[in-house]
Amino acid sequence: MADGAAPARKTSPAVAILREAGLTAAVAFALALPLIGLRGFTRGGAMVVETRFEWLAIAVAVVFVGRLALIGLRHAIPRLRRAVAAPRRVGGHAAGLGSQIERYRVPLGAAALAFVAAMPFMPFADRYIIDVATLVLIYVMLGWGLNIVVGLAGLLDLGYVAFYAVGAYSFALLGTTFDLSFWACLPIAGACAAMFGLLLGYPVLRLRGDYLAIVTLGFGEIVRLVLTNWVAFSGGPNGISGIPRPTLFGLEFKKRVAEGQTFHEFFGIEHAGVHRIIFLYYVILVLALLTNLFVLRIRRLPIGRAWEALREDEVASRALGINPVNTKLSAFALGAMFGGFAGSFFATRSGFISPESFTFIESAIILSIVVLGGMGSQIGVVLAAAAIVLVPEVLREFAEYRMLAFGMAMVLIMIWRPRGLLAHRRPTILLHGRAGGAGGGGQGGP
Amino acid sequence: MSAPLLAVEHLTMRFGGLVAIDDLSFEAADKKITAIIGPNGAGKTTVFNCLTGFYKPTVGRLTLSNGATHYLERMEGFRIARAGVARTFQNIRLFPAMSVLENLIVAQHNELMDASFFSLAGLLGLERYRRAEAKAVELARFWLDRMGLIDVADRAAGELPYGDQRRLEIARAMCNKPALLCLDEPAAGLNPRESADLNVMLREIRDRHGIGLLLIEHDMNVVMEISDHIVVLDYGRKIADGAPEAVRNDPAVIRAYLGDDDDDDNDGAGADGAGARGP
Repeated sequence: MADGAAPARKTSPAVAILREAGLTAAVAFALALPLIGLRGFTRGGAMVVETRFEWLAIAVAVVFVGRLALIGLRHAIPRLRRAVAAPRRVGGHAAGLGSQIERYRVPLGAAALAFVAAMPFMPFADRYIIDVATLVLIYVMLGWGLNIVVGLAGLLDLGYVAFYAVGAYSFALLGTTFDLSFWACLPIAGACAAMFGLLLGYPVLRLRGDYLAIVTLGFGEIVRLVLTNWVAFSGGPNGISGIPRPTLFGLEFKKRVAEGQTFHEFFGIEHAGVHRIIFLYYVILVLALLTNLFVLRIRRLPIGRAWEALREDEVASRALGINPVNTKLSAFALGAMFGGFAGSFFATRSGFISPESFTFIESAIILSIVVLGGMGSQIGVVLAAAAIVLVPEVLREFAEYRMLAFGMAMVLIMIWRPRGLLAHRRPTILLHGRAGGAGGGGQGGP
Repeated sequence: MSAPLLAVEHLTMRFGGLVAIDDLSFEAADKKITAIIGPNGAGKTTVFNCLTGFYKPTVGRLTLSNGATHYLERMEGFRIARAGVARTFQNIRLFPAMSVLENLIVAQHNELMDASFFSLAGLLGLERYRRAEAKAVELARFWLDRMGLIDVADRAAGELPYGDQRRLEIARAMCNKPALLCLDEPAAGLNPRESADLNVMLREIRDRHGIGLLLIEHDMNVVMEISDHIVVLDYGRKIADGAPEAVRNDPAVIRAYLGDDDDDDNDGAGADGAGARGP
């Protein structure tokens, strides 16, 4: 192969491809020889080495063919991508999936809302589907809450689950100790979480990026460890059970109660367990929509713009008179508050909580929802939350491979859309109205 | 005699053993353009950073008198901005992902925060906030018009060409409604036409908006043409202070710019000036 290439200087593509595949196969051979080709085990106290050269041959062949396939793909993909990208260019420089969705966000949002609101009564909706949808909505709400901190204020928070835990435990403790209802505890839980947000925010004000991420990660672990080890307070690893269920204006979702009326008695319908599931679904739907409304609104207010300015350039923000301390703390506190709301919903939904539900992986999932969705994009969070909850659910049959597939999906998204599914940022205020803003004004300048 | 807009007294800034600014005193008057010039590394930007609260001066007093008296050396950066000092940066610092208009609205953050009770009125959708925001947009529109950026108002600031970004940064500083505008090399990277436009604009800001300007600049055409007063720094020390005519003939200045030999360099505009005076 080598002597064919050297004199001509211009190798034919076939030779180049074969050489590349051959080289890869050689590397694979070198690696696989000790790993696959030789297998040592003990037999009767003595070390025996067994050779498995047929396996080795298969492995090398797979690598060789795989490399050839990859090269083929590499040639095919740019052409494909060009074909896909070409019509997209026409829409203006900011076009793309994100701006396409942004353009139709009103009808899309209305349609999605109508679907989500009617979902529990559709023919396919059974208990399992409504349960999964509720789970998606919890993550949507958490994603929207974390979006305040990460997407808008640009503060990388790896310990968001701590606020989720604070919300859950505030409600669980208040509910079981003082017999308070879910609705009475919800604002208290939110306030508690916001206070923890301030508590975390204050020492990390000067930190940015990686350093901030590490400290917030530690904070999340501290909260979990305290909840695990302070048995007298939180019940430790045993958690808290018997957490009150939510009621609809005092109507409970039980078969019968000692006093007062239950939901099914009041409405004169048969008792069914699914009523409570549907009710929980609507509760989290309303909570999530409130979060969304709040975030959409605050983005267009001075404090929201100050968050974004701080994310873009802290030095310039300070030079314009923005107080970085208050601005960052408000982002931490408000983000934490929504985490707290979601936490108390989680507690009332499952009726039992333990520190196991608040591990680092939860923080990582919520953060990946925000990042995959496209930092700061509200619709992106919905798509990402749906994907992150649903993909493992759908792949449940594949048992141990589902996390592998999940990881693959994330890697692929990051390769093809490194700035998230919907990376388009819509200005919070337009001078020239919608027409000027949609495509970026189309180079109207003189 | 009333106090000057900005009085810098005995300003000294040390970084470890390095003395970046050594006992510097000067004044910047209201409705005048004061330029700080000097060779690279003379400490010009350090003066700005002390003025705008990014450094705490080792020694010295910085007094801003615009109705009230503010001792800037004691204040945090964002409070200095609120007291009435706005600045631009040598390497432009916009909010690149935000739109041009948003950049100008953010500059009016504090007024909007007050008008909206820390955003609460806005959250509730009160009329009070909407009026304040409309006013902020009007001011932004004025400056966009003035800077010729009105057509790109809804584009992301980071997408603009370099010259537009420079002007946007000045517009943003002006939307902060300063009493003293500090410009760190506003003409850097501009072509001669843009630089001439800049001169007109800075004069206009001085005359029409009645504020003081403090300018760091390398472009001697800009400095000599528009400055009312020039402060020359070399190695952190003031070597000359006065009107442009006086400064350009000052032997110490010529020496600092040209060295003791007659070796020329591209900062030799001081020599240009001296040459023009000669015959």
